Amino acid sequence: MTDRASTYAGTSDYIASPELRQTVNVAVVLQRPLLIKGEPGTGKTMLAQSIAQGLGMPLISWNVKSTSKAQDGLYVYDTVQRLYDSQFGDGDVADISRYIRLGQLGSALAAEERVVLLIDEIDKADLEFPNDLLWELDQMDFTIAETKETVKAKQRPVVVITSNAEKELPDAFLRRCVFHYIEFPSEEHMRSIVLVHHPDLEERLLDLAMETFYWLREIPGIQKKPSTSELIDWLQALAIGGIDPEEISRRLPFLGVLLKKDRDIDAASFALRNKGATRAGGR
Amino acid sequence: MFTHFFFLLRAHKVPVSLTEWLALTEALAKGLALSDLSVFYALARAVLVKSEAYYDQYDQAFQEAFAGVESVAEITDQVWDWLNGDFDLPGLTAAERAALAAGLGGMGLDELQRLFEERLREQKEEHHGGSHWIGTRGTSPLGHSGAHPGGIRIGGQSRNSTAVKVAAERRYKGYRTDATVGVRQLETALRRLRQLSTRNDGPLDELDLDATIDSTADHAGLLHLEWRRPRRNQTRVALLMDAGGSMHPHINVCNRLFTALDRATHLKDLRRYYFHNCVYDHLYLDPTCHPRNSVPTARVLQELSRDYKLVLVGDASMAPSELLERNGIIWWSMANEEPGMEWLRRLDRHFHRCAWMNPVHERHWGSIYGRDTIALVRNVFPMFELTVDGLTDAVKNLMVRR
Repeated sequence: MTDRASTYAGTSDYIASPELRQTVNVAVVLQRPLLIKGEPGTGKTMLAQSIAQGLGMPLISWNVKSTSKAQDGLYVYDTVQRLYDSQFGDGDVADISRYIRLGQLGSALAAEERVVLLIDEIDKADLEFPNDLLWELDQMDFTIAETKETVKAKQRPVVVITSNAEKELPDAFLRRCVFHYIEFPSEEHMRSIVLVHHPDLEERLLDLAMETFYWLREIPGIQKKPSTSELIDWLQALAIGGIDPEEISRRLPFLGVLLKKDRDIDAASFALRNKGATRAGGR
Repeated sequence: MFTHFFFLLRAHKVPVSLTEWLALTEALAKGLALSDLSVFYALARAVLVKSEAYYDQYDQAFQEAFAGVESVAEITDQVWDWLNGDFDLPGLTAAERAALAAGLGGMGLDELQRLFEERLREQKEEHHGGSHWIGTRGTSPLGHSGAHPGGIRIGGQSRNSTAVKVAAERRYKGYRTDATVGVRQLETALRRLRQLSTRNDGPLDELDLDATIDSTADHAGLLHLEWRRPRRNQTRVALLMDAGGSMHPHINVCNRLFTALDRATHLKDLRRYYFHNCVYDHLYLDPTCHPRNSVPTARVLQELSRDYKLVLVGDASMAPSELLERNGIIWWSMANEEPGMEWLRRLDRHFHRCAWMNPVHERHWGSIYGRDTIALVRNVFPMFELTVDGLTDAVKNLMVRR
């Protein structure tokens, strides 16, 4: 907020709640990593893209996998390549730096300008993974042991970390972060999000689809509740399929776009029949 | 009031550390919570609270600390008092104080305060124009930017005075870990059930650099790659579950535990058996507990090695005779030579690590029907309540080496 140019105010294709925008700015000003949690499909990854766009910085994404190691994000020393080269006499084997490849975090620190670094789904990796990154995220420098070269960030990158809460993160790691939990959007908020993606949607279709969507989420026994991104896909399918809006709540067309599990689809059709039955009984 | 808030948070069991508290002070000093209590509410939460599980406790502490506070100015005054030398936080050393001062950019406190107040004034002129620029009315400096729907979360336009009200609504009650048990939360607790080892079968797909170098040297410099097995989880679990009638009220939470265990792909082996109220000569293979589908308990003990982690799930509530007497088994057509208690002791002797998960909350253990048998079972097995916190404790207990 001290510097107007570096204030994040959301972007045209991403609707951020005022609280979220404020938290982003706090993280930017305090130069601390921003930890984002929330239900799947609430736009955690999109947020980093939006921040990069809003602040006009390049985005570096690091998609963490279960096999990811902290070291990979810094740099990889390609020993096998070097061994092969020594065998077949390709290039200058004595120059170790030729075999050092910077990872995403490494490139973010080595970058000339300030960048946004997205560490996506940090909880996918091993339990120790976040702890291994503590020093680098705190000090924003690291040493390449093989060449004794130190890489230090000229401009501290804006670090955005997302988590699905599959694993608890270590306390020491959490202490250094600014945290925000993205709640599932209310109907009103959802409407504005949807309109960003489908600006010219028929109003009647939107009304009925939203109603059915929130009704689906409330059905007890649904294990994987449909999320924002699925709603957006579904609306797209409804619009392209030319479905009569009145049919939506009666037939649940393209249900497979919203629900991904057999049991959930069964539960939804069961609830649909019940709904029909009570309505018929009421008459 | 400001420092009081810190202690209130701690009292509400929100794990706030000094590091985070200093970060909040820094944020306030940089003017991030201008003139608006609801902005302060969100700022402090973002910096201090690191899990939605604590949002509810945070709301309660916030409400307690700032009930009746209309504006953020009252809080920032407190910050200045605090920075001006009234350091009543225990454990803040001179070095930390210096670090804090350095974090504020080396400016003198007076200068900083002047700057801060100046900015507050600017803020008023820019956004409100009225004489009541702080506290009562007006929109947030951050919200209501036109394209974005303002005031979605912290209702209405008058966001200033609503932060405490929002806190009072306690919207995050559902996220508390000690109250609700979700499958995912149980899974998280179960993830700790792991013990890594390399001594097992598996594909050789990890390059062993040291061995490769040795081997290459042995082959007179001709490259020779050596591979090794990556580390794998060694934990094996035997789950014994009470499927008796008194367990019916707890069926939901038990189902969730089951789902979580099913999904816990990191376990090397998971065996499950059922029993009715207490373990006797036979264990059942499905929850109907029909003798046709059962195995002798003794054979199960033979099959399972001692390093299986034994987890029993049950309310441990039954007639004392079912536990202590011969032929105490609840099925009148069946007989047991030895009292159930003897079988429980045998299980405990066989397995290195055991835990009894009780879906009844711990505070009721001494008072409900079955308190006598609960006490008896607790003599044999460490008992934990079947909540996220209880499961976490149980898993910790299971992983300690004996």
